[in-house]
Amino acid sequence: MKYLHDFTIVNNERQTDDFVVLTLQYDGALPRMMPGQFAEVKVDHTPTAYLRRPLSIHDVNYEQNQIKLLIQEVGDGTRTLCALPAGSRLNLMYPLGKGYDLPNSDKVLLVGGGCGVAPLLFLGRHLKQHGITPRFLIGARTASALVRLDAYRELGEVLVTTEDGSMGQKGFVIHHPVMRTDSPDFDWIYTCGPDAMMKALAKYARHRDITCQVSLENRMACGFGACLCCVTPTQDGHKCTCVDGPVFDSKYLQW
Amino acid sequence: MVDLSVKLGNITLKNPVMTASGTFGYGEEYADFIDIDALGGIVVKGTTLHPRQGNPYPRMAETPMGMLNAVGLQNKGVDGFIDDIYPRICHFNTAIFVNVSGSTIEEYVETAAKINELEHIPGIELNISCPNVKEGGMAFGTSCPSAVAVTKAVRDVYKKHLMVKLSPNVTDVTEIAKGVEGAGADSVSLINTLLGMAINAKTRRPELSTITGGLSGPCVKPVALRMVWQVSKSVKIPVVGMGGISSAEDAIEFLLAGASAIQIGTANFVDPKITVKVIEGISEYLQVNNINSARELTGALITD
Repeated sequence: MKYLHDFTIVNNERQTDDFVVLTLQYDGALPRMMPGQFAEVKVDHTPTAYLRRPLSIHDVNYEQNQIKLLIQEVGDGTRTLCALPAGSRLNLMYPLGKGYDLPNSDKVLLVGGGCGVAPLLFLGRHLKQHGITPRFLIGARTASALVRLDAYRELGEVLVTTEDGSMGQKGFVIHHPVMRTDSPDFDWIYTCGPDAMMKALAKYARHRDITCQVSLENRMACGFGACLCCVTPTQDGHKCTCVDGPVFDSKYLQW
Repeated sequence: MVDLSVKLGNITLKNPVMTASGTFGYGEEYADFIDIDALGGIVVKGTTLHPRQGNPYPRMAETPMGMLNAVGLQNKGVDGFIDDIYPRICHFNTAIFVNVSGSTIEEYVETAAKINELEHIPGIELNISCPNVKEGGMAFGTSCPSAVAVTKAVRDVYKKHLMVKLSPNVTDVTEIAKGVEGAGADSVSLINTLLGMAINAKTRRPELSTITGGLSGPCVKPVALRMVWQVSKSVKIPVVGMGGISSAEDAIEFLLAGASAIQIGTANFVDPKITVKVIEGISEYLQVNNINSARELTGALITD
């Protein structure tokens, strides 16, 4: 079941130059959501952003009926959302798509790049509730582009890479020492981030018989399987990222 | 109590609000949001004789107050529709139209003939205006002789309501409208998407895999209104108007311009409840203006 609900923004916390976390309050009971699912968020008052914006569920608090969205400003739509002050109303269509599966192992690695870290906080919390301690590997361009590390650290160990070496290991996530071993100490990878990063992880996982679940960020119009705009090539032909994904087993994709 | 029902030839719609093909899936995608039975009609996804994978990603680019698409008629083929989808949707208590497309006249004919056998499908919308396929589609709808030929051929095998969807990518839309009317169409619907293009200056690449695509959304509404007005004055069969409708007021404007019914497309993506809101809005408009029937709005534009 998907819903259209009006939320009230109770907090707008700027993280970096281009990242904001919005905390949204619903005045009823939230429906159950799975990590990796997303919301289509309506953007008002901009003529250039006509369509809703698909955004990962960053965190959920069922006791307080609150959702957090981690938003990166990339265009007029996200800029408009990031500028909304507390008290503003926001319409969400949610929860959409298929999220991450629970692993068949307790040795998992959650790898995020850029804005792709967004769903991994909710996923880490979900895993922890199922008795699995998440370990995060987070990549960014530079130290100042890393967001909410403390929130991730509350759930588990956080490993970091930066392209300029300003924090953690220098390079991309795939170059981190945790990946550079013939017998890695994890057998399930969850990832969300740039395609190049996820493809490198998928290749890594394939060679070691590790499960790798990736979350795609294709351009969408509707978000629920009506328009067929957001397809990705799979073993079974074109599949909609919005309803058949956004989370796919990397082996199912034609990568 | 106002009468919202309208007539499209031999079909009575409970109200003038339909959904546009390609934006409403098979109706069931919207069932969490609205009561499908409340709609005047739905036009389901473009259906071809054989299954189609459609065009490569990216297929969509947002543009100011609208979007370009290049889906390219991805569908399971008419047999897939009949076997898998029709049994799931035939219980909807609304007029279900199947949008039919093809690469050759024979494909149109064979597809239409199969759909003719489906009890709960009172009509088809002949798509001679899809801009996103290499063969067929818009090629049929941009030349009058080929539009007439495909309409005639389908008319011979299809015995129920035959609606023909017109392309705006022509010099004179009334010429094609008159042509398909003469060839036996029961109604015309317009406009399909306008051929457009978007470029990313940073990457110097087109935004769509197909380079060009079909423009829809509020940005096309003035063009669509003009064409609906022109066509409704030049044919006797009913006109179904569409193009950027996203409010009851927009819908009423199309009725005033001469449409007997309207279709809502791209706006469904932004507000999946828009169709029922438009139905309520039309009802309210009729009450406020002391008009008994939605049918009285068709062509009621005052021009003196």
